[in-house]
Amino acid sequence: MAARPTSPHLSVYRVHRYTLLTSGLHRISGLVLSLGLIVLVYWLMALAAGPVAYAHAAALLGLGVFKILWLALLAVFSYHLCAGLRHLVWDTGRAMERAHSRASAYLVLGASAVLFIGLALWLLGRRHAS
Amino acid sequence: MSLRSPLGQALGRGAAKDGVHHWLMQRMTAVALVPLAIWLVVSLLSLPALDYATVSAWLRQDWTAVLLILSVLTAAWHSQLGVRVVIEDYVGSRGLRTVLLALVTYLHVLAAAAGVFAVLKVALGGAA
Repeated sequence: MAARPTSPHLSVYRVHRYTLLTSGLHRISGLVLSLGLIVLVYWLMALAAGPVAYAHAAALLGLGVFKILWLALLAVFSYHLCAGLRHLVWDTGRAMERAHSRASAYLVLGASAVLFIGLALWLLGRRHAS
Repeated sequence: MSLRSPLGQALGRGAAKDGVHHWLMQRMTAVALVPLAIWLVVSLLSLPALDYATVSAWLRQDWTAVLLILSVLTAAWHSQLGVRVVIEDYVGSRGLRTVLLALVTYLHVLAAAAGVFAVLKVALGGAA
């Protein structure tokens, strides 16, 4: 079979900064959230296995490396949520013109940054309290 | 046996209405995940502690178990649809792409089954 082009032709894309950034971030944040789902299921399975297994899992997930993961998950959650809402608005056929698209890109970046900072402060605050 | 070509037989019969299934399910799960994911993140951040007793007591509440099962199932479904598109877009080799798509699908079904099982076991297990 002949080599066929793959969908987003990465090599021929002109890098319009905000379109490539928001689209790429949406995919990457989605992939990271998929890893988050695996961590969530691992945590739930450890809980179902009983107090001893849960203590092992909690000790593992409490390691310093994972603190970065929790912050990363909050960041990608914030972004994927906001960018996903933008996609849902697009699905109704609205706000697709260049000016709107550009404005909503920055709106999404700003809103997700604010959401992330709020959630991160909450996480770090409660970690500090416990 | 008809001498008409397969194309000739299909023409005029309209679309199978199956082409938008992936697109529609991605949106359906996305809309459901907006409240579910917000609920999950807020709930986890609101837990006073993350020790076994606190977390299992939280999970034994009826609506926690129900919403958590829905969250895991919807997230696994949405995730499978999304990862599938990424693989289809960026993995050029037909063989590797097919293998990866199968693996990713199995992995998501496994995650969904394990997540539901774990929640039910804790929620229905009675006092531990």
